[in-house]
Amino acid sequence: MERIFCRPESLYDVPTHYCPGCGHGIAHRLVAEIIDQLGIRERTIGIAPVGCAVVAYNYWKFDCSEAAHGRALAVATAIKRVRPQNIVFTYQGDGDLAAIGTNETIHAANRGENLTAIFINNAVYGMTGGQMAPTTLLGQKTSTTLEGRDRKKHGYPLKISEMLALLAGVHYIERVSLHNPQEVLKAKAAIRQAFENQINNAGFSLVEILSPCPTYWGLNPKESLDWIRDHMQKEFPLGRIK
Amino acid sequence: MAREKRQKEFKKILISGNEAIAEGALAAGCDFYAGYPITPQNELIGYMAKYMPKAGGVFIQAESELAAINMVYGASAAGARAMTSSSSPGISLKQEGISYIAGAELPSVIVNIMRGGPGLGNIAPAQSDYFQATRGGGHGDYHTIVLAPGSVQEAYDLAQRSFDLADKYRIPVIILGDGILGQMMEPVELSAKKIKPANLKPWALTGCKGRKPNIIKSFALAEGALEKLNLKLQQKYNIIKNKETRFKGLFLDDAKIVLVAYGTMARIAKSSLTRMRLAGERIGMIRPISLWPFPKQAFCPRNKKIKYLVIEMSYGQMLEDVQLAVNGKAQVEFLGRSGGGIPSEDQIINKVRKIL
Repeated sequence: MERIFCRPESLYDVPTHYCPGCGHGIAHRLVAEIIDQLGIRERTIGIAPVGCAVVAYNYWKFDCSEAAHGRALAVATAIKRVRPQNIVFTYQGDGDLAAIGTNETIHAANRGENLTAIFINNAVYGMTGGQMAPTTLLGQKTSTTLEGRDRKKHGYPLKISEMLALLAGVHYIERVSLHNPQEVLKAKAAIRQAFENQINNAGFSLVEILSPCPTYWGLNPKESLDWIRDHMQKEFPLGRIK
Repeated sequence: MAREKRQKEFKKILISGNEAIAEGALAAGCDFYAGYPITPQNELIGYMAKYMPKAGGVFIQAESELAAINMVYGASAAGARAMTSSSSPGISLKQEGISYIAGAELPSVIVNIMRGGPGLGNIAPAQSDYFQATRGGGHGDYHTIVLAPGSVQEAYDLAQRSFDLADKYRIPVIILGDGILGQMMEPVELSAKKIKPANLKPWALTGCKGRKPNIIKSFALAEGALEKLNLKLQQKYNIIKNKETRFKGLFLDDAKIVLVAYGTMARIAKSSLTRMRLAGERIGMIRPISLWPFPKQAFCPRNKKIKYLVIEMSYGQMLEDVQLAVNGKAQVEFLGRSGGGIPSEDQIINKVRKIL
């Protein structure tokens, strides 16, 4: 019998530390599957963020570096410039990429660095206990917006992908979601595109992934997927942005 | 004139301290530089912008000091000989990255051409970042090697040496100069060394072909893991303390009063010393070159009557290291000015005569 589905070589066979229903496991796997499919595991260097995915290198079976909170794209810039023959990508959350690291994100993108950024948007700070993220929806309750995010006090959800699309140095931006199997397949296709772009020296590519955080949304895993479908993707429309 | 041609045709060239550090770095095979403009170190970033690409390396003008030091982190993780430079306020911004570099044990060279502080301060030369440089500077139990050149020639030599030390111990090395040293021009004898191949870094991120994946990190969450990492760092620091102290001593055999100064301040102190020796006064001098590790062994007073006069362009930072080294066995006096003020030859001589 032909075996058609197995653990990607780029993914270690270890227990996960992520919460039940978390999207990181799916996103990690999609990245690993694409790296396998493109045959680039032995020349890939991944940059793990600070946030829930801080130990992503415990799951991925290729060279990895930690980066300080928000600085992943500065670290990645240097690695890629020093070793252009390698495939370099960052994996960052919304607080990392769109709050504390906004400056590094914008300037790496604007320089047109030939990098791939995987941006996990779950509208909340997960690792530190569910505080407001730059991408938290208006009205969304978090541990620092107890009455819900109020535009007058906290401003609006930051659409960094749309902002980055304005920059001439950016080659490709797509927003995808993990809320059902069809969308997961689209997410996988976008991740593949973002890595292929780097292989073809096309420039800066970013895939924003709307990802569930049942623990800090106060929902069960199924409700979390529905919340992305019913609320989150209205604020963050899916599809190719650039 | 092209740098390569100049290097071939002349053994000695006239350059500024900032340029000498850049030249020394290039001679050491530095192949990555990221920086952000700030006075009084702009000649350094300018020199790197001009000559790094010609030397086949990578030059990046970063969007901030934070980005620059994190680029150095990345370049070093990928096996490059990486450097950044700045001046006091910019070095404060880099502290986060320096802490991560120390924790991840990445070799790197960081140049601080000090100016007056605190805050935005001014652009006059100063030595008021001594505590920050020698006590780690960022968060966590770590040290960086700190080297303080006293001339443009020594800036060139120590810049080269820094990369070897950084690689040898997998540690950030700080070159601590000041605005005068950075800006003044002196003749420099070029001495490009043979560079060790960079592939002697089996820990570097190069892609995992033919080996297990490498991970560069400072995170150690498991119980006891961080303590273990810190103990490993401490063992390394102890080796460095034993092996890498440097200083220059003058007339220590007969001196009744020993001046202690580093960098530009030591140049002025030496002029005072020369005048006093010519007048028959028994004055000596210690010029620490490694500020961390501090050359404690230079302070071994043969008799209790010996007195030390610490002179700084600060209000007494290296003073504390001298007091620790002397450990109450001799009198330690201090003369310092800060915020752009520089103790003059006459002020030093007057102070010496007061305590003689």
